[in-house]
Amino acid sequence: MRIGVFICHCGLNIGGVVDIPEILQTLAGYDGLEYVTDYRYMCSDPGQQVIKDAIRDKGLTGVVIAACSPAMHESTFRRTAEAAGLNPFRCEIANIREQCSWPHRDEPRRATQKALEIIRASMEKVRQNEELSPVSIPVTRQALVIGCGIAGMQAALDIADAGYKVTVVERLPYIGGHMAQLSETFPTLDCSQCILTPKASEVGSHPNIDLFTNSEVHAISGYVGNFNVTIRKKASYVNWDICNGCGLCMEKCPEKTESHFELGLATTKAISIAFPQAVPNRPVINAEVCRHFTKGKCGVCEKVCPVGAIDFEQEDTFIHREAGAIIVATGYDLHPKSKVGEYGYGVVKDVIDGLEFERLNSASGPTQGEIRRPSDGKIPKEVVFIQCVGSRDQEDGYPYCSKICCMYTAKHARLYKHKVPDGQPYVFYMDIRAGGKGYEEFVQRATEEDGVLYLRGRVSRVFEENGKIVVFGVDTLSNKKVEIHGDMVVLATAIIPSHGQTDLARLLKISTDEWGFLSEAHPKLRPVESLTRGIYIAGCAQAPKDIPDSVTQASSAAAKVLALFSSDTLSHTPEIAVVDEELCRGCGVCIEVCAYDARTLDIRRRVAVVNEVLCEGCGACQVACPSGATYQRNMGLAQVMSMIDAVI
Amino acid sequence: MVYSYFPGCTLRAKAKGFDSSALASCKALGVCLEELEEWQCCGATFPLQIDNSFPLVSPARTLASAKKTGRKLVTLCSACYNVLKRTNHVLREDIDKREKVFSFIEEDYSGEVEVLHLLEILRDEIGFRSLNAKISSSFQGLPVAAYYGCLLLRPPEEVGIDDPEAPRVLEDFLLALGCRPVDYPYKTECCGSYVVLQPGGLTVSPSRLIVESAKSGGAKAIVTSCPLCRFNLDYAQSGALERGENTIPVMYFTEVLAIALGLGEGVLQFDGHLVPPGLIFQSLGVGGYGGLT
Repeated sequence: MRIGVFICHCGLNIGGVVDIPEILQTLAGYDGLEYVTDYRYMCSDPGQQVIKDAIRDKGLTGVVIAACSPAMHESTFRRTAEAAGLNPFRCEIANIREQCSWPHRDEPRRATQKALEIIRASMEKVRQNEELSPVSIPVTRQALVIGCGIAGMQAALDIADAGYKVTVVERLPYIGGHMAQLSETFPTLDCSQCILTPKASEVGSHPNIDLFTNSEVHAISGYVGNFNVTIRKKASYVNWDICNGCGLCMEKCPEKTESHFELGLATTKAISIAFPQAVPNRPVINAEVCRHFTKGKCGVCEKVCPVGAIDFEQEDTFIHREAGAIIVATGYDLHPKSKVGEYGYGVVKDVIDGLEFERLNSASGPTQGEIRRPSDGKIPKEVVFIQCVGSRDQEDGYPYCSKICCMYTAKHARLYKHKVPDGQPYVFYMDIRAGGKGYEEFVQRATEEDGVLYLRGRVSRVFEENGKIVVFGVDTLSNKKVEIHGDMVVLATAIIPSHGQTDLARLLKISTDEWGFLSEAHPKLRPVESLTRGIYIAGCAQAPKDIPDSVTQASSAAAKVLALFSSDTLSHTPEIAVVDEELCRGCGVCIEVCAYDARTLDIRRRVAVVNEVLCEGCGACQVACPSGATYQRNMGLAQVMSMIDAVI
Repeated sequence: MVYSYFPGCTLRAKAKGFDSSALASCKALGVCLEELEEWQCCGATFPLQIDNSFPLVSPARTLASAKKTGRKLVTLCSACYNVLKRTNHVLREDIDKREKVFSFIEEDYSGEVEVLHLLEILRDEIGFRSLNAKISSSFQGLPVAAYYGCLLLRPPEEVGIDDPEAPRVLEDFLLALGCRPVDYPYKTECCGSYVVLQPGGLTVSPSRLIVESAKSGGAKAIVTSCPLCRFNLDYAQSGALERGENTIPVMYFTEVLAIALGLGEGVLQFDGHLVPPGLIFQSLGVGGYGGLT
């Protein structure tokens, strides 16, 4: 083996701590060392050229790059080695930045010694590295999109328009998510329905989209390029294939119940379509309230249905689909106002949340767009908006900013003022965060043109007294206590992950943050990928965001999926575990220790089998195997021993 | 049930009736309150300056001596309860402050004592259901407003005996005595506290709001567990009393408890009460305390 060592200064990151000239001197003459050099920035183009030239000129058969973490640039340098004709798996990184110069900044002498040891250990490793070639995986060029709000719709349409089949699963009977409930959208005040419904109907009728509403992902297995999905289609008790959506059943149904879509501000029937523009425009029977199910008699809908679509015997069905990639766009919920004690625990009728205000303001909502307060239907003359309810609250809520509330509160206050010109909106705020195109101008217009009174301060209490909603607050700019006897209060409650998202994440084996939002692979450079290959995230499932940001992220996720679909095979690292079947006695210990489900037992031959695609090469099985039958490619036990010898 | 008892200064000066009615009621309920030897002032207010440990010394000394009795420590006054409980919390959680305080008074204490309010004993140890079984004179649905103030409930993570936004303990207590608790929005608002000592009647307005709110809910009396709140709510009505307008008595919860238990006149002193409580009970025909005004 003819080994070359390349030491990077990383500017002063390494060079300012580790004595590189001394290392160059000490390394000279080390067994197998053919060539050693240093460079200020090894990852730069000229730095990479140094490596390429040396490989060719000195006929190197293995290289060690002493630089930053392999997580940073291993793939960069392996490509460099490959370009010079060396097998990329004969290129190893000695991490002398994160594991040496950074933590030992104050002890340069000992850092230099440690860097030397790390480099020697890497030389021992590369000495025994085999030449490997990547594992190839076939790709099913079909996508699965979970959740069909604006993010899910956008992602599904982008992939479908590119010519690939998309399976869309939505928990509710209709698509559109929360956006379907909104009245107008900031900063242009265009109607949410007007921009959403054309997209929704496109999703509903797209030849490449297979839409499952009223359905949930029941089970999932497989890996990137080859997921197997089981979808549970919940019983709707209506045969949607023959139903024509005439709505006669809803008209005649005698049982009323609270409308989920209207957030309890209006009633609907036990058999219902959530709203007139719903896609698909098909009804669902709510078995919890339907008289047929609760009392065992009724059946009015069955009698009136002109096509005989009612099917009380219908059961949940399970559908299997294959997918090469998955986009999770499961959206958000609002922090329940019933948890906010100081504002009345959700008991006071005229204390509502932002989504409820959207319904009151919606032309198709319970008041046909007139702002009338829920308790008595009167037009409120003074409305108090309270921002950051649960958000930015380390004591009783969530430490994060929910991002959209400053904007939608400004929108609510303006829309209210447009509809009730003699009314007075007040907004209690902590800071105004209006970063976005046209956003700051929008808030400016609220204060300057629409006379919205912004009060910088918190509200300590909200309660009802003599038909008025009393608000105790403070204006910290004038240092005055403020007491408003208003008619209605709108709480901008925090955005939280949609219920069940943590369970779904567990099912998909993707990680979440401590609040339940899905974790991206890298906060800046890989914002739409999960840490599991082949699973992407979009919209509020990842973090609170507004419509433009959700759409942007959805399109980015779709672009990533399309890149994955650009070839019918994928490559996977060959640095994985292999089993010597002669030595394996099929004890199964390795199956238990494998965190990636990459191991199975071949019962007939009684040997352990490695799934090359699922194996991440962590090495746990090699350590656990009692008979020494498992070998981790390029990290074998003998190799590790000689690396240790090089250090001590 | 034997507990160490910390009466606090006010109960031996301006609020003797709070003390006597509590002791008599507890005796009747089989709860023995054994007064802590050589107790001293609780400190009156918990120090809010983070680097001021000196006011912790007095309550720390009380807590350390309570530890030696091996019993739980009971108080009645909301202020004493608040200061003792918060001090106890600090001495348990903050090692620096603990060392500082006990290097001064040389005791070995790190928050072992459990500090209880008498309401907690009534609720959690006796139970309101069995309390209800023990009363001899029911109040027959007398509408009464529970007033909590701040000190009994806040800060919730260190003190709170109940939900700070929607407490129930006093209401449940009143129900057990046969009263009808009045729901009104001001029951957890501040009464104005020590600002009453400032000239200009600053506290009169918050206290008056509380009383007015309780009255508009139909309350015939207010009960509380804080001597300062009781004073403020009572004296906010002095003008109304002079003018002969509608006023309602402000009472300690132990006073109504003693009446419900049918205890003798000797335990009820109504010392310092401006609006006389006696008339209400006289008109109801319960107790027979018409002589007391």
